[in-house]
Amino acid sequence: MSSATRSRRLRAMSLNAAAVVVAVVTLFPIAWMIATAFKPSQEIYSLTPSLLPAHPTLGNFRAVIGGQASGIGTVWLFFRNSLAVTLATVLVASLISLLASVAVARFRFRFRASFLIMLLIVQMIPGQALIIALFLDFSRINLVQSLPGLILVYAAQALPVSIWMLRNFVATVPRELEEAAATDGASAPTIFWKILFPLVAPGLVATSIFSFITAYNEFIVALTFLGQQHSDYTLPIYVTYFFNRGGAQWGPIMAASTMYTIPVVIFFLIVRRRLVGGLVAGAVKG
Amino acid sequence: MSLAIPRDRPAGGSLPEPPAGAAGSRRLNQVRAFVRRHRLAPYLMLAPALAGIGLVLLWPLAQVAVYSFQNYGLPQITGAAPTQWIGGSNFTQVFADAEFWLSLRITVLFAAVVVPLTLIAGTLVGLLLNQLGRKMAAVVSTAALLAWAIPPVSATVLFYWLFDPDGGLVDWTLSRLPHWLVGNTNWAGFNWTTTGALQAYTVLTVLVVWQSFPFIAVTVLAGLKTVPHELYEAARVDGASPVRIFSSITFPLLKPIFLVLLLLSVIWDFNVFTQSFIITGFPGNRDEFNLSLYIYDKGFQFPPSYGLGGALALIFTVILLIVTVGYVRSSVRQGALT
Repeated sequence: MSSATRSRRLRAMSLNAAAVVVAVVTLFPIAWMIATAFKPSQEIYSLTPSLLPAHPTLGNFRAVIGGQASGIGTVWLFFRNSLAVTLATVLVASLISLLASVAVARFRFRFRASFLIMLLIVQMIPGQALIIALFLDFSRINLVQSLPGLILVYAAQALPVSIWMLRNFVATVPRELEEAAATDGASAPTIFWKILFPLVAPGLVATSIFSFITAYNEFIVALTFLGQQHSDYTLPIYVTYFFNRGGAQWGPIMAASTMYTIPVVIFFLIVRRRLVGGLVAGAVKG
Repeated sequence: MSLAIPRDRPAGGSLPEPPAGAAGSRRLNQVRAFVRRHRLAPYLMLAPALAGIGLVLLWPLAQVAVYSFQNYGLPQITGAAPTQWIGGSNFTQVFADAEFWLSLRITVLFAAVVVPLTLIAGTLVGLLLNQLGRKMAAVVSTAALLAWAIPPVSATVLFYWLFDPDGGLVDWTLSRLPHWLVGNTNWAGFNWTTTGALQAYTVLTVLVVWQSFPFIAVTVLAGLKTVPHELYEAARVDGASPVRIFSSITFPLLKPIFLVLLLLSVIWDFNVFTQSFIITGFPGNRDEFNLSLYIYDKGFQFPPSYGLGGALALIFTVILLIVTVGYVRSSVRQGALT
């Protein structure tokens, strides 16, 4: 074996070793969450903890589904709330931002540049700076303690980044297609739905990722708006309530967090190829 | 810029004349003609977005600014006492408050530690991903994707459990480590979240770095893929060390990406609310408040003071906007508005 091959092998081996360390460190907390969810309580508080449950049990999940562990109802109720809020947010935000992105990508008009800069700036306004005024406003119009109020806030919060991302996709659709359709006598709505929309659809998927994450993970607005209205809790508020209730219920709490996490992990794995390009442009974090 | 476009034709050709055969009602055609004549189409398409952003982001911000100069609180909401303009007295009160300075210090120090840690960890993993074989790269990037995907509330509750004094894995491990490696039995039952700000923010540092490095890694990797291979090969032929290659080739080429990542990280790590709310056990442990928790405390702990909360929120927003200006400028310079 030549020394060049040997050094190349050594390099590959040390890189792979580093990769294994990174992967283990990254995955360990997640593995611990799932493991705890499947452990009976004497194993959770064991003096010699081990990663794999010796006697795996579904008891924690049963307690979460039955509702007795949290005291405010079955986990499915909060799944339903979160899903309703998330889907409605994605739908509303996609529709509104599609219209706006076509406007900024296809038209030159006064205030176009100001509008774009405004988008960049407002996406940075922190939620905790607005929450006092938002809460007072939405209380006045009776939209707190309800899911529609949350949907309205989330959809609007998702707009700046969504428009910013979508307009790049609209800009890549060749204008000639629309012009050709126009000369053939197609009406504006026809051009929009039959030509532009199918071509921008992949961009809409990328945008939906962002509004999905915004709505599914959002904490401060839901916490403030929903207050003691337990039956309207979204999943993150439910998990927080459960956690604050105390009483050393780590098994059921980890079971609830695991269930809350699964849909978004599946979603990430499905859209992973679109994540990089789209999110880098949009700058997203929970 | 609109001057270049002939008046009788909308810019992109997206809204052409309705065909003569289409029998729309006359009213509808009149509306269409009006929209076309005044070139209102883009404004109409922007209207819903502007309404949403205005209602939920801009209007509340304006109101917060107004509150910050008023004595706004519960008596003013119920009508028991009149709302009065009180000049800058909310601000003088905030600046005279030791809790404000403590929370500001905690916020700044936390960002000063977490931002470099996240950027370094993320960049290293990004460089690693770029060097690995296909299979190993898939394993590492999937692991990173999972950490990234976990909702903040799940991740925070999970780390609370890892650092829990009763049965948490961290205390158990530390108390069994050998002496020369900080191990000692005092770690058994050590309470990370209530002992003090330093301990609580150590947990938060580990948590936030763990959650944020994947985004940095993936972004850096995407940037690395754009660097031409020939550059690296030439450097390697010249016998340049990995550190030299990074500082002379990779970093200068990816500088715009690093700048945006730096600004975004500063903004995000200034903003950590969900995680700090849960880890510090809000509203207990006032000495562990960061600026976000302190604002929330003023607005929602009894008795609420919307004036003080507004003043704090305004200060917080101004700090973040200063950073944002940097972000916007670097985006515009990279041609974001075209």
